[in-house]
Amino acid sequence: MSKVMSMKEAIKRFIKNGMTIYISGFTHLIGYAAAHEIIRREVKDLTICRPTPELLVDEMVAAGCVKKTVFSWAGNPGVGSLRSIRRAVEKGIPHKIEVEEYDHFSFAARVYAGAMGIPFMPIRNLFGSDLSKYNKKIKFIECPYTRQKICVVPALNPDVAIIHVQRADEEGNAQVWGITGLTKHIAFASSKVIITCEEIVESEIIKRDPNRTLIPGFKVDAVVEEPFAAHPSYAQGYYYRDNDYYRMYDEISKDEKKLEEFLEEWIYSVENRQEYIKKLGVEKLLKLLVKPYYSYPVNFGRIGR
Amino acid sequence: MNKTKYVKDYSIEELMIIAAARELKDGENVLVGIGLPIMAAMLAKRTHAPNIKIIFESGIIDSNPTYVPLSIGDPDSVTGCKSIFDFFEVFALLLQPGHIDVGILGGAQVDKYGNLNSTVIGDYEKPKVRLPGSGGACAIASLAKRTIIIMPHEKRRFPEKVDFITSPGYLNGMNSREESGIVRGGPIAVITNLCVLRFDEKTKEMYLDTYHPGVSIKDIKANTGWDLKISPNVKETEPPTEKEIEVLREIRETRI
Repeated sequence: MSKVMSMKEAIKRFIKNGMTIYISGFTHLIGYAAAHEIIRREVKDLTICRPTPELLVDEMVAAGCVKKTVFSWAGNPGVGSLRSIRRAVEKGIPHKIEVEEYDHFSFAARVYAGAMGIPFMPIRNLFGSDLSKYNKKIKFIECPYTRQKICVVPALNPDVAIIHVQRADEEGNAQVWGITGLTKHIAFASSKVIITCEEIVESEIIKRDPNRTLIPGFKVDAVVEEPFAAHPSYAQGYYYRDNDYYRMYDEISKDEKKLEEFLEEWIYSVENRQEYIKKLGVEKLLKLLVKPYYSYPVNFGRIGR
Repeated sequence: MNKTKYVKDYSIEELMIIAAARELKDGENVLVGIGLPIMAAMLAKRTHAPNIKIIFESGIIDSNPTYVPLSIGDPDSVTGCKSIFDFFEVFALLLQPGHIDVGILGGAQVDKYGNLNSTVIGDYEKPKVRLPGSGGACAIASLAKRTIIIMPHEKRRFPEKVDFITSPGYLNGMNSREESGIVRGGPIAVITNLCVLRFDEKTKEMYLDTYHPGVSIKDIKANTGWDLKISPNVKETEPPTEKEIEVLREIRETRI
């Protein structure tokens, strides 16, 4: 059964005010196109979960979509701060946002617990750190077997996960290579799953390489074909990370007014991702393209001689 | 035997990277961040420790980056690596059971017992400066067999007590790290632009081990927020060798 729809339709149908949503991608395959569509739709009061909010949550905070950010590292990788998030936390500009903060290990543990349908995950971490003083969801209990102290964090079960992948078929069987982040587990932790992909491929391509399928189609509610959806992050084998963009954003976001103009130019007055790509321009796209570097096929074998 | 040839003309940043690289032993699993740490690991791998495994918290295992990456998940660090773990597995399977020998960390503040702050300056609820937070640092500081800290040496960055413990060092000194439930590890060196500091075996208090060429002990004490103890064997930091500088400069030219 085909679950293919446009980004506009998917966001309109599944993302509502006040929801808890997870936008997937760790340095790789970050769902920028979906975030921009959410901003265009002016969705409000979202709780956004991402270990790294990255520029997309920073933009969503500036656009007024965010009530709360659940995170473990809120920086601009290799560059510095996420300035809208900082302004919101330090000065309440444009408005106060709530923060629920973890470290990467405990954040990832929450997603695993959510995926497995268990209430919490024990980890040997966060002893002696001040994080648990300000986040009461981080608790320490006595292990019922060893009597040792152990840290526990609760399952995370978002309403919707938006997951960008390299390729999927029309049913949503989704394949990822390179950095996988929490792709598989966030799909299983979330009530609804939107897959966005660089390309929709025939099911035959998926079936020839099943080890690469991180999410089976039955767990997916919508499939959106959206090339370059991860820009300025990257898609392994498709296009590179736009490091200059991360530096440029840092400069622009220092000034609220400039950032407003930037959001107007690159999000609000752009109809969709196709238009965004056109606006980026050929020169930029050529700079981000990658040279092919293929893996060798493996032999799955078939019965018979 | 060849006499080691030292270089006189080098930057302090180069010396810091070289001092960190020397802390890495051949064959070790090294979990690195971007900036100085990745350059230290790349330098070690291309000099005295060709068999170290460079690991990024994004899940990249045994990476051979062709250039110095800007992020810990750069596509070039992925291409040609030996394995990729998911984001939970890095912490649950590599760090938690003790497969990471060394982690290299930085922060906004470090205190007398090697506790690191990368979360807030000032009060958590009403921060003067909101910093990025832990990321992988707390788990690395808690679960790697040892950690190396690289920091600029300024009084405000070296307070007696950090504003917020993001990543535990030796907490309040003596046995307080073990007593808190942490099962292994701890910082073994703090490398700054002025000196290399280490930790007393018993009290776990940081002390001055070596001062960089041209830096006075007085300067170091003046830039430290508590009465810093000095090793009875305090000496000058070994300057960079010709080989180290040559390889490091090749690496630095590849920064993007």
